[in-house]
Amino acid sequence: MAPALLFVAVFVLIPLGQLVATSLSDRSLLGGGKFIGFANYWRIWNDSSFWRALEFTAKYTLVLTPILIGLGFALALLTVDNTPLKRLTRTIVFLPVVIGLSSSSLLWFWLLDEQVGLLNKLLVDLHLIGEPIVWFATADLAFWAVVISITWKVVGFGMVLFIAGIQSINPDILEAALMDGASYWGRVRLIILPLTRRVLLLTTLVSAIGSMLAFDQFYIMTSGGPRGQTFTAVYWIYQNSFISFKLGYGAALSIVLTFIILVFATMQIALTARSAET
Amino acid sequence: MTVAALTSGTERAISTPRGGRAPPGAYLAIAACVAVIAIMAAPMALSFLASIKTAADASAVPPHYLPQALSFENYAKVIHFQAGLAAYLSNSGLVALMTIAACIVLAAPAGYGLARFAMRGKEVAFLGLLAPIMIPYQALLTPLYLDFARVGLVNSHLGLAIVHTILQLPFSIFLMRNSFEAIPREIEEAAMVDGCSAWKRFTRVFLPLAVPAIVTVALFAFINSWNEFLAALIFMNRETSFTVPILLVSVRIGNHGAVDWGALQASVVISIIPCLAVYLALQRYYVSGLLSGAVK
Repeated sequence: MAPALLFVAVFVLIPLGQLVATSLSDRSLLGGGKFIGFANYWRIWNDSSFWRALEFTAKYTLVLTPILIGLGFALALLTVDNTPLKRLTRTIVFLPVVIGLSSSSLLWFWLLDEQVGLLNKLLVDLHLIGEPIVWFATADLAFWAVVISITWKVVGFGMVLFIAGIQSINPDILEAALMDGASYWGRVRLIILPLTRRVLLLTTLVSAIGSMLAFDQFYIMTSGGPRGQTFTAVYWIYQNSFISFKLGYGAALSIVLTFIILVFATMQIALTARSAET
Repeated sequence: MTVAALTSGTERAISTPRGGRAPPGAYLAIAACVAVIAIMAAPMALSFLASIKTAADASAVPPHYLPQALSFENYAKVIHFQAGLAAYLSNSGLVALMTIAACIVLAAPAGYGLARFAMRGKEVAFLGLLAPIMIPYQALLTPLYLDFARVGLVNSHLGLAIVHTILQLPFSIFLMRNSFEAIPREIEEAAMVDGCSAWKRFTRVFLPLAVPAIVTVALFAFINSWNEFLAALIFMNRETSFTVPILLVSVRIGNHGAVDWGALQASVVISIIPCLAVYLALQRYYVSGLLSGAVK
C-alpha cells in the first residue's frame, strides 16, 4: 500500500497544498508569486464571466442529466430481453462510450456543419428543415449541438447500469405481479422504477459530476463561443491559467470548483460504499 | 459479462408471458430497436465512409452520403501530417502503456493491503487513496504543470502518464480491493499452513486469482489514457509530443486555415479503432468493471 500512498501524497496532496498557496498569490506563468491574501477570491466574487460560466455549466448539467437518465432507462427497458436483435442494439448503443470525447466531438462538429454536415443534409432531405441549420452561430443552438453529441456519446453508460439494476430484481416479484394481472407499464412504474432507484441516483451523480467538469466537447465544438457564451467552469479556469497565464487566479477558481464537486463526490462515495455492503 | 450477455431470467417476466402470441408491443419493440441501431451506428459509419472519399469529395458542398469513388488520399495525408502519424500513435501508445503499468504496480499491492491486513489507520489510508476522486484532476493541473516544468516532465511521456495514473488510480485500487476480498480465506490459510510468506501468498496465490481484475484495470487505463484530452493539451504542447486527441484538433486547424474534412474524418477513424478493438476483444472485463466500480 505504501507505494500507492506515496504516489497520492506526491502527486495529489502536495499539489493540492501548492494549489491553495498559489491561489493566495499573484503568480503568473512568467513569475510573480507575491502573497496577496484572499484578493483572488474577492476577484472571483466580482468576476461576472466566471459566474456566467458556472451558471452555463449548471444549466448544461440540469438539461443533460435528465435526458441521459430518461433515455438510458428507456433503452434499458427496450433491450433488457435476451433476443439477438436486442443484444445487438445494446452493443451498438454502448460503442460510443468507449471512444474519446475529442473523437466524438470532432465527429459531431462535422455532422452538424452547415456546409458539409450530413445531419443538416438529412434534415433538409427529409423536409424537416428548409435550410441547413448553422448550429454554432448562436449560443442556444451550440448548446443543443453539444447536448445532442454528448447524449449519443454516453447514453449507453446509463443503459448498462439500468439493465444490471433491472436484472438484479428478484424474478419472483415480477412473476407475482404478472399473476396479479399488472400491465407492462404497471410493472415498470410500481416495481422496476422503485427497485432501480439506487442505480438512478448513482447514474445521476456520475452524470452530474461529469457535466460539471465538462471541457473537451466545448473546447472542440464551440471554442467557448459565440462571444464567450458557452464557456464552462473548467474552460474558464483553463482560459485564465493557460491562455492568460493568471495562475494565481486560476488556482482560486479551481478551489471554488473543487468544493462544488466535493459535495457531489461525497454523495457518490457514500452511495457506492453502501452498495458494496449489500 | 458482455453488454450483450447482460441478462438472466429476470427480463422474461418483465415483458410478456411465455407461450402466448406475440403482442403488438413486440413488433413496436423490434421497430424501435432497428431505429435505435440506425441512429446510434450512423455517425461512426458515416465518418468511416467520409474518410475513404477523395479529399475533394469529402469537402463537397452539398455533401454526399456515400463516397463517389474509393480513395485513401485522406489517410495518406494524416500519415504524413506534421511529425507523422507514427510519432503520434507511439506517443499515445507509450503514455497508455506507462499508465497501465503504473496502475497495476500501484493498485495491486494497495488493494491487497486494504483487503487482507487488519491494521491501525486503514480507514484513513483508504480515504487517502480515494482522495483523487474527491479532487477533480482538472484542478491539480496548474500545480502539476509548474512542478513538472521544473523537473523536465512537460512534453514527456512519463509526465503525462503520471497525470493519467492520478486519474485512474482510485478506480484501479477499488477494483483490486474488491477482487482480493472475493478470494476465499481458506485458500490463503492453506497457503499459510504450507509456510508461504505474506509476499509469496500475494505473488503466488492472490495475483493469479486476480488476473481478471488486473485485465480490467489495464483495459480502463488504456481507454482512458488514450482518450484523455485536457492534460494532454496542457502538458504536451510541442508538435512532436502531441498525443492522438491533440493530433485530431491540429488536423482540423490544418495547414492553411480551411478545414480539411476528409483528413479530419480519417484521423477520427484512426483514433477510434484502437478503443473499439480493445473493447470488443475484452467486453466481458469492461462491463464487469463498469458495474463493480462506477466510482469514476
